[in-house]
Amino acid sequence: MAVSRGDQRLRLNPILCDGLGYCAELVPELISLDEWGYPIVDRRPITDDRWLRHARRAVAACPRVALSLAEADSSERR
Amino acid sequence: MIAPPTPTATGPRLLDGPAAEEGREPLEAHSARLGPRQPGGSWLLDALEESGLRGRGGAWFPTARKWRGVAARTSDPALVVINASEGEPLSAKDRTLVSLRPHLVLDGAVLAAESVGADEIVVYLSRPFRAARAAIAEALAERRRAGLREPLIRVALVSHDYVAGESSAVVQRLSGGPAKPMFTPPHPSERGVGGRPTLVQNAETLAHAALIARNGSGWFRSRGTPASPGTTLMTVSGGVHRPGVYEVDVGTTVAEVLDRAGGAVSPPAGALLGGYFGSWIGPDGLLSLTLDAEALARRGASLGCGVLGVLPDGGCGIGETARIVAYLAAESAGQCGPCVLGLRALADAMQRIARSDAVPTDLDRVRRWARLIRGRGACNHPDGAAHHLESALDTFADHLALHLAGVPCPASLRPSLPAPRPRRRWR
Repeated sequence: MAVSRGDQRLRLNPILCDGLGYCAELVPELISLDEWGYPIVDRRPITDDRWLRHARRAVAACPRVALSLAEADSSERR
Repeated sequence: MIAPPTPTATGPRLLDGPAAEEGREPLEAHSARLGPRQPGGSWLLDALEESGLRGRGGAWFPTARKWRGVAARTSDPALVVINASEGEPLSAKDRTLVSLRPHLVLDGAVLAAESVGADEIVVYLSRPFRAARAAIAEALAERRRAGLREPLIRVALVSHDYVAGESSAVVQRLSGGPAKPMFTPPHPSERGVGGRPTLVQNAETLAHAALIARNGSGWFRSRGTPASPGTTLMTVSGGVHRPGVYEVDVGTTVAEVLDRAGGAVSPPAGALLGGYFGSWIGPDGLLSLTLDAEALARRGASLGCGVLGVLPDGGCGIGETARIVAYLAAESAGQCGPCVLGLRALADAMQRIARSDAVPTDLDRVRRWARLIRGRGACNHPDGAAHHLESALDTFADHLALHLAGVPCPASLRPSLPAPRPRRRWR
């Protein structure tokens, strides 16, 4: 799938994340939890509008501000 | 009169000169042996590119590209860090080089500073490396007395932790924070120590650069392979008669390296190549394996920081790996959940397997967790540990089956490699 301009993806700062797990409740399409309760984040560009809405809600709900939306074509590896 | 350098076809380059027993080479002997050097500059960036020198800290990144990245930043004066923290427990080459040839390493750092536009050099050393610290202190005093015109050189000490040498950890430590990796740090070449462009370079790499500046890139390329030219320092440990640090040509065979270390004490049962983030190589084809990037990449391995840990006949690679994973779990910087908890779980399961006391699901869980923690830390610590662990499971598959079947393995309790000491500490 081609990454088009303006596409966004989820980005997690693992240092800030404390595994509270709200994000996986709010956007289960893109985030699951491992057996220690830490999120496994789908880093692919989000093309579904509904998923993007859920992702925005999850970003807003993270008490540790560990989750964010990034440009899908950015070179950051995490 | 200054003698011209006399490179020999097979002899050491970095460790040329007085024998190791004579200790640190003083400035006068160093200058007399190697002759004067030209100031660094853009010519050296070109020479480094032609030489094909790659970083010896473990990543084998092209040195010229790294220096150019810093040189391109002209906003602030840059800073050069000599990375001699050497957190890898099986490696001793950087502290050995700094102890014996401090002026060669310092020359390389000064040349780097002159080439990238830096006005300050930091020697980043692990606190327990007493010989290296003394050698640097004496060398700096000699350089001051000789009145060399060069940037300010200071020493920064760091605790001997596995992750302390990771470049974002170096930058954070020298900026006044803890020596822990940062999440997606700005690249040090852009914004490093105190926001300044920073070149973090392994000590051995700088010493190679100092010789290339004197002897040229053609001379450097006359040893090694076309893709990975030159010589490299290797730390050989485990089942050899004379463990230690040896300078070999890149692309030499494992058999030649073992010969240099006095020969193997028994036909090796395998070897750990590249350090704790490296790969186990099984006995088949081990001796004829050539230590160059291409041949190793075909086996999913790398020379890394030049570590060769030899597992002697009768040694247990599963036991070694269980100890190493326990160490790496304890050496997690403690910042990222999947690294802290994942490595701890892997270490516990590996310990059960090593004791031939595994529950039936342990192997599946170990394999799954090793995949699960990859890419989920701020740095590559979990990825490196997972890579090591998976290579052990594949390399020692037959022996692993005995452990899983509950067959006792007394050898698993007997370390063949220098055993790491996992630290328990507050977090």
